[in-house]
Amino acid sequence: MKNPINGLNKVFESRIRLGVMSVLMVNEEINFNDLKQMLEVTDGNLATHLVNLEENGYIKVHKGFIGRKTNTTYAITKAGEKAFSEHIAALENMIKGVK
Amino acid sequence: MHAQNQPSDTLQDVKDIKRLMERSSRFISLSGLSGVSAGICALAGAGIARYGIFKNYYSLYNGRGSFADGDFSELKVQLLTLAAGVFAAAFLSAFYFTWRKAGSQGVPLWNYTSRRLFWNMVIPLAAGALFILGMLQYNEWKFVAPACLIFYGLALVNASKFTLTDIRYLGYCEIALGVINMQWLGHGLYFWAIGFGILHIIYGIVMWWKYERRPLGQ
Repeated sequence: MKNPINGLNKVFESRIRLGVMSVLMVNEEINFNDLKQMLEVTDGNLATHLVNLEENGYIKVHKGFIGRKTNTTYAITKAGEKAFSEHIAALENMIKGVK
Repeated sequence: MHAQNQPSDTLQDVKDIKRLMERSSRFISLSGLSGVSAGICALAGAGIARYGIFKNYYSLYNGRGSFADGDFSELKVQLLTLAAGVFAAAFLSAFYFTWRKAGSQGVPLWNYTSRRLFWNMVIPLAAGALFILGMLQYNEWKFVAPACLIFYGLALVNASKFTLTDIRYLGYCEIALGVINMQWLGHGLYFWAIGFGILHIIYGIVMWWKYERRPLGQ
């Protein structure tokens, strides 16, 4: 029997990172504040997880300006899309296996 | 957060993913009651136009045997004032019910999804409003009702990508009604009352029944 843990991505074990990826899968581009509001997390907490995802090459960061205020937006990368789809497939397999 | 992957965690993960994907891409707090209240405002407005303003306008004709110079421009001012009033009342009442629903869901009313919905709705509506005002500028009244219906329908079809998808069908109906109205040009007010009044009320009741109704006994 195949190990059900197989295919699960360590990076997405964190609820917040899982949340960020879910939001970015269905939205082309989203800024820090909107992301924070949707996930109901604090600034520092979200920032740490975003750095982690960026270092893994799953999201790309775009630093822009609206007037003088910084407006940092995030988008998913091809690698991120692939990794997350595989993670979802693994989750689905686990649920099917349990039944 | 979870060291080992218990089955319950897995299910919770999938639920979270689904919820976030939905919540982050669509504004789902739009209340069915907003549709009903906007429809009632529209019907009331159409009633005032039909049995107040127009009746008065024709009684002037019947009394004198002809229209005086000022009659038509007075009619225009009255109708435009009424239209602005109906729009404000419909918008405020619709806003109230959606605000209440967003509050009960714990979702901020002005967030990423509602902003997107707003702009995608406003662009076709503003284009339509400017187009209609342009027609009025040239004293072209015949096409006001069909143009209202068609532009509004297009705005709804566009908006359906950013909120409950059901609103798309309301959009299709408004567009169809506007197109049919082109063949019955003298009856714009009736088409307008059906499109903005009756269809809104039906749509609102269906949406309320589908998403907001609390099953009996709860």
